[in-house]
Amino acid sequence: MKIKEIISLVEGTLVVGGDVENEEVTNAFASDLMSDVLTIKDTDSLMLITGLANTQTIRTCEMSDIQIVLFVRGKNITDEMKELAEENGMVLIQTNYTLFRTSGILYAHGLSPLY
Amino acid sequence: MVFEYPVQGGDFTNAGTVSSKVKKMMRQLGVDAGVIKRTIVALYEAEVNIVAHAYKGVITVQLDSDKIYIKLDDEGPGIPDINQAMQRGYSTASPEVREMGFGAGMGLPNIKANSDVLEVHSVVGKGTTVEITNNF
Repeated sequence: MKIKEIISLVEGTLVVGGDVENEEVTNAFASDLMSDVLTIKDTDSLMLITGLANTQTIRTCEMSDIQIVLFVRGKNITDEMKELAEENGMVLIQTNYTLFRTSGILYAHGLSPLY
Repeated sequence: MVFEYPVQGGDFTNAGTVSSKVKKMMRQLGVDAGVIKRTIVALYEAEVNIVAHAYKGVITVQLDSDKIYIKLDDEGPGIPDINQAMQRGYSTASPEVREMGFGAGMGLPNIKANSDVLEVHSVVGKGTTVEITNNF
């Protein structure tokens, strides 16, 4: 699924990331527990959907080689988080939808779960 | 090549900066991406453990042509029962640590899963030493 399709489906906003809207996301993982995220082995073209918005969310994705993060429930993405994401070439998207609604919509439109 | 980095307990703003530096260094040296990922996940978990549980610590990284050796030495409360701490789900993390998305008792088991060789030594009231070796 293309990033621009994801943004459209969840009425989201591209917060960090330049000309990436045509990039493909293969599957997604939804979690607020970074310890769980750190156990994922295959993170190629994986998008993290999370309601946990702090610098360690970005750090965890940096260490796990996760390039795309979708923050739910309109969580505030701080300047520090944006800077860190830009440094690492990451894409940050924000939506006001809940974690459940976001995951449900994307799953129903064909975005695959990781497991 | 040997590098040393200080880590401050409780400093969540900077937690992960050492792991980030080591990751960039390994990439520059052309180390296999799979080895980098395993090493950096193990290092990041261990770095967060120092920030979460210790007063302060030092991370020493020794990079050779065929392996990386990382020693995380902290001054802190120590671990009374390492076998218990190695079990998934066992945690003594504070609410602050849990708010950051950690503290689910998964750190040490995940460090083990991502290390070729893992040694953990601890003295209660003094501190903990974690040694990680990964071969290229």
